[in-house]
Parts: sequence; structure tokens; C-alpha cells
Amino acid sequence: MSRTWAYLSNYLIYSSMAVYTLSFFAHALETAWAVKIPDAKSGKTLDYKRTEKVARIATAMMILGFLLLFAGVIARGVSAGRVPWGNMYEFSITGALAFSGAYLGALRKYDLRWLGLLVSTAVLLTLGTAVAVLYRPSAPLVPALKSTWLVIHVSAAIISGGVFLLANAVAAAYLYLDSMEAKGERTAWAKRLPSLEYLDQLSYRLVAFVFPLWTFAVIAGAIWAESAWGRYWGWDPKETWAFITWVAYAAYLHARVTIGWRGRRAAWLCLFAGSTFLFNYVYVNIWGTGKHTYSGL
Amino acid sequence: MSQENQLPELGSIGLFRFAWRQLTSMRTALILLMLLGVAAIPGSLIPQRTQNPMAVSAYFKRSPDLATWLDRFSLFDVYGSPWFSAVYILLFISLIGCVLPRTIGHFQAAQALPPPTPKNLDRMEFYSSWAAQGNEIEVARVWLKKNRFRVVEKDGSLSAEKGYSRETGNLFFHLALILILLGISMSSLFGMRGDAILNVGERFVNTPTSYDSLAYGKLFKDGKLANFILKVDNFDAQYNIVTNAPEDYTLNVTLYQGDLTKGIKKVIKVNSPLTIGSTKIYLQANGYSPVVTVRDSEGNVALQGPVPFLPQDGNLRSIGAIKVPDAEPQVGFVGSFVPTYERSNGNGAISAFPQALDPRLLLSAWSGDLGLDSGIPQSVYRIDTSKMKQIGLKSLKPGESFAYAGGSLTFEGYVQWVNLQIVDDSGKSFALLGAIVSILGLLASLFTRRRRIWIRVGTDVEVAGLAKNAAPGLEQELAIFVRVIKGEM
Repeated sequence: MSRTWAYLSNYLIYSSMAVYTLSFFAHALETAWAVKIPDAKSGKTLDYKRTEKVARIATAMMILGFLLLFAGVIARGVSAGRVPWGNMYEFSITGALAFSGAYLGALRKYDLRWLGLLVSTAVLLTLGTAVAVLYRPSAPLVPALKSTWLVIHVSAAIISGGVFLLANAVAAAYLYLDSMEAKGERTAWAKRLPSLEYLDQLSYRLVAFVFPLWTFAVIAGAIWAESAWGRYWGWDPKETWAFITWVAYAAYLHARVTIGWRGRRAAWLCLFAGSTFLFNYVYVNIWGTGKHTYSGL
Repeated sequence: MSQENQLPELGSIGLFRFAWRQLTSMRTALILLMLLGVAAIPGSLIPQRTQNPMAVSAYFKRSPDLATWLDRFSLFDVYGSPWFSAVYILLFISLIGCVLPRTIGHFQAAQALPPPTPKNLDRMEFYSSWAAQGNEIEVARVWLKKNRFRVVEKDGSLSAEKGYSRETGNLFFHLALILILLGISMSSLFGMRGDAILNVGERFVNTPTSYDSLAYGKLFKDGKLANFILKVDNFDAQYNIVTNAPEDYTLNVTLYQGDLTKGIKKVIKVNSPLTIGSTKIYLQANGYSPVVTVRDSEGNVALQGPVPFLPQDGNLRSIGAIKVPDAEPQVGFVGSFVPTYERSNGNGAISAFPQALDPRLLLSAWSGDLGLDSGIPQSVYRIDTSKMKQIGLKSLKPGESFAYAGGSLTFEGYVQWVNLQIVDDSGKSFALLGAIVSILGLLASLFTRRRRIWIRVGTDVEVAGLAKNAAPGLEQELAIFVRVIKGEM
């Protein structure tokens, strides 16, 4: 029974990768068409109708991929009889889900489709790594993970991570476009993208929106650590880097709100803060030591 | 007192005020905050004494020169080091210096009414005007009050402000951080934390001598140790038969408080510690203790009982040492215990499963000086064999004996041991309260928009607004406001 669910989960995740790949190609096509510069002599302007159509297809594929991946993550949880957050493979598929979910969520309010190429690439890379390198057979949890706090702490951390990375993508786009504008005019493709002020504000809003959730994730982790390990804070590498991420984003928010940092400096600080999160996820999980490795009790 | 003596005094006050102003400036606070993040990094990359003392001593062995230098800068105790403490203490002084005056200021501002309507409203944001009908002020006042604006009326105009909870939340957030720090310092001053390894069947009396390691806060009183006795009745570990990973640990104990005839049965699990007043008992680790009997050549028992061995891998291959200091000459056994025996190529015996399905005790016997009287602290799991000579090697099944020159050892069987952590942490609830308040304050300060709305009615109605920190949404709010006043809503 549980094996059937595990196989189903694998199929769903493979299918979602296929659909994300379609979304990737549609986004690539959209970008390519938008880059094409119209012949100046013919006097024609760019025809965005085609571009718009393919962009819609790309978003539809992204939504379908998200739904398949969501079902895959659920099936994985059912196969193990618990929430699917017991090892790095499961963290990665859920992380990819959270990232594309954050993108789709933000899409309802802001037109971010120009980011779709980057998002689908990142999701595909994450899922590819998860399937090829990190895959582990579905298994029950070790005793330390058997707690309601697993659901609360890990879901808060994963959602925060998805939004942080989205803010990072926006900040990176800001830096790219800013240096492009500094050299002269934006290229034809980049002209469709939002203004620098808009990007600057957007990355700030994403961070400000999710910072309380990250604070909550850290505190929920501390409460859980108190009941599982006998102390709420022990400077375990994972805890330390969660704290560093928290401090970096706190500094980012202060720099913007209190000192009035804008533009390049703020974008670099945002990127730095996001990279501490990624470092925590990749380095501390794989090479780090400490209690978050779940090698034993 | 001469004039010369007074001058430096004035100077030092001036210097202090200058330093204070510098320290409590936002820029310094921000630099200190970033510095705190950077200062936390080394502790996650270099092994720390508080978490992994074995790794630290291994570091010292591997590269002694580098380790000595790292130790000089407290890099093996980063989070208790003077420089790390300096950063966070300065940060918190800066925070207090920043937050306290603002709290007072905000408290006064919260009593005050919004400033009167500016003269030239058309210079403000989202300005609009139209011909007056007459009842606009009345309608505006009702709407503003209903939407919980603070309103001040003067010369046919209303000035309204909303969103004070932004600053309130901000201040509560920062005050809560101070509370968390107070909670942490209370824990380290008044708390206690200790570890004890207990074999199944043993009793633990909560006195300092029962602990394998015990650390008090500076202000913790000895007599404050909770009064109880704990008997370890049974320990059950469940393992996954496919992955060999542990699935469940259950520890059954009997708790005696005061009366030794009245024991209460309790269960301790990894995520549910046993609570006795303000003391909590956590199940932290477990392993196997081979039970052995060592006899001398005349058959007298020199040592008998379980000896805890230290697990080395997920399948609980464990190593340990059996020391017989009373033998003449002294005898020691360096051993490894495998719960489920399997031969491997090259590595000798390995364990195939963490449960004791086919246990084996592999021993190498040594004779000579155990070095116990040298004064150098020794690990109970190891033997310094430099002054000893090997007298035998043997692999034993339960019930089997091993005879060597000068005596014999019988492997009677095994029991499991558990490592209990016993903690009294009184500052915990303050830290938790601080954490909850900090999140609420953060939510209030990040999601409240502070803004002003003005309306002046003369021959024309003039409406304008101002959003602090360029918060979004005022334009829509003003559009609704205008429609309400025009009677369209």
C-alpha cells in the first residue's frame, strides 16, 4: 500500500518535471520573441499578441506543474504516513513547490511573468537534483522528528524560504537592469520589464511580508528544540545560520525603513541575506554537523 | 579646586555623551547587528566545546599549533567568548538607548492630537477639490470616527490621523527582544543542566554526585535540586527493518518523590520529557552495556555488572573499556559490542542491525598499569595502553567465558542504557513571552500603515492625505472617502 503511494508520488513528480519543462520552453519562447527587434525600415512595431499568448500558455503550464508537484508531495506524505519533511529529498521537492507557489501567489497581484523563465529553471534544477542525487526510499520518521512542531516549524521555514528566494530573484533582476540602464538604454526585451523603482519596492514588500513568518519559524523551532533536546537554543549550526539569516533580513529592513537605503545597496543586502538562507539549506544540511542532521537520536 | 582639575571632568562627561550618542545612533546599531551576524559564523564552522568536545580535542590532536591559536581567540567557545559577548551587549545597550526615549516620546505623542490642517492642502498628496454643499464636515467626521481615525477640528477643517500602532508594535518588538535576552541571562544565572547515564534497572537519586556532568548557573543554590528518585524500569527501541533507522524510543520509569514506598509509573519519550515542578527530564541518547563478570585466578569476583559502551554508528556498533584496577597486575579490556554480529571484509566485526539479535563482545585484554593514579582525567570508554602489554584477543557470545593469564572474564549478557538530561531553566518562560510579543509587535509594525487625511470646507471642499514611509493604499482609501462625502456611497 505505502509502496504504491511512493511509486505514485515518483510518477507525479516526474510528470510535474515534464510540465515545468514545457513551461520553461514557453517562457523561453516568450523571451525570445520579445527580444526580436523589429526592422526599423519596415516601420512595424513589435507584435505582442503572440508573445502574450505564449506567456499565458507558460503560466498555465506552471500552474499545472505546481498542481502535479503538490499531488506528488502529498502522495509522498501518504506513503510514509506522515508529513513529507523527513529528509533532504523531501525538503527539496517541497522547497521547489514553495518557490513556484510563491511565484504564482505573487503573480495574482503583480505581473511577474518576466521572472517565469528564471523560476521554471530554478524549480527544474531543484527537482532534478532531488530526483537524481537526494532520493531516498520513503520511510518513517526518526523519533526526534515525531512531533506536531514538525508541521508548524518546517512549513513556516519552507514558505519563508520560497518567498525569500523570490525576493532574491527580483533583487537580482534589479541589479541586472540597473547596470544595463547605467550603460545606456534597456534592450528591447528588458523594456517590457517593470521600472527599477517597482522592482526595488517589490523585493522590499516580499521580504517585509515574510519576515514575521521567518521569525515565527525560528521561534517554533526553539520551542520544539526545548521539548526534543532539552534546550531552546544551542547554537547548533542550523540554528546559528537561521539566526544569521534573521539578523541579515532585520538589517535589510532597518536599512530601508530607518536609514532609507534604496536601489543597489538595498538589493545587494537582500541578495546577501537570501544567500545565507541558501547556505543554511545546502551546506549545513549536507556537510554540516549538529543535531539537524538526524543521524541518530 | 583649581580650574585645571575641573576641565577634564567636563571633558569626560562630554566624551561620555558623545560616545552615548554614537552608540545609540541607528547607523551604529545597524553595524552592530550585522557584526552580530558575522560573529556568529565561525561557531558554525569550527567545532564548539559546548556541542562537540570530542571534535575539539580531535582538532587539537590533528593540528595542535592552529588549535592553540584558535583557542587564544576563544574560537572553540564562540558564543561564550568575550568578543561575541561584547558585540551583543553593545547592541543591546544601543537598543535600549534607542528604544527607551522613543517609548517615552511615543507615549506622549499617543496622548497628543494630530497637528492642525496645513494651509496649502493642494501641495499634499492625492489632492482633490470640488464645490461645497454644506454638510461635508459632518459626514467626514462620522466616517473618520467610524474608521477609528483621531480627529482634530479647527476653523472649518478636519485633520485626522491613523496607524499609531505601527510605532507601538515597533517598540513592543524591540522591548520584547530585551525581554528575550533577560530570559536567556536568567537561565544561565539561575538554571542547572546535567547529564546522567543509567543502565536499565538502576536508580537515579537527584543529588550532585549522581551526575556524570553537571553545570550550575552562578546564582543556582545546591539545595534547589528537585527532590526525587528515578528508577529506570524498561527501555524499548523500535527500528525500521528496511532502513535500520530508529522509529520509536520509549522509556518507562518509576518516580519517587519523598515517599519511597509510593512510586508513580511514568513514560519518557524523545519529544515528551518528564516534568517535575520546574525540572524537566529528557531522553537524549541510548546504547548497550555488556554485563560482565571478571574473576581472578582463584575464582574471586574482581568486577561484576554492566559497563556502558559508546555507540559508533547507526547500527550501534559500540566501543568501550572494562577496567579492573584491583587485579594484580592491573587488567583492562578494550572492547567493541555489536548487537547483530556480521563479519565484514577487512573491518572485522560489524553490526548489521541496531537491535540485539545476535550480540557479540569482542575484546582485547591488556595487562600492566591502567594509569588511573596518574591524575590525568581518563575517558571511561578508552584505555591508555602505552604502559600495558596485550595478553589476548577473544570474541564472545552471551554466556561464554574468556580465560587469560591471571583470571577470566564471562560475558553474561547485556542491558540497555539511557542518557538522561536533567534541566531546570527558570528564564525559559520569559524568553517565550518575549518571543510571542516580538512576533505580535512585528506584525503590527510591518502591516499597519500610518497616514493622515485632511478635509477643509470653504466655498470648495478640499481633501488631501499623507502616507508615512510611502505606504501603499492611501489613494484607494481617499477615493472611498471622497465618494462618501459626495454622498455617492
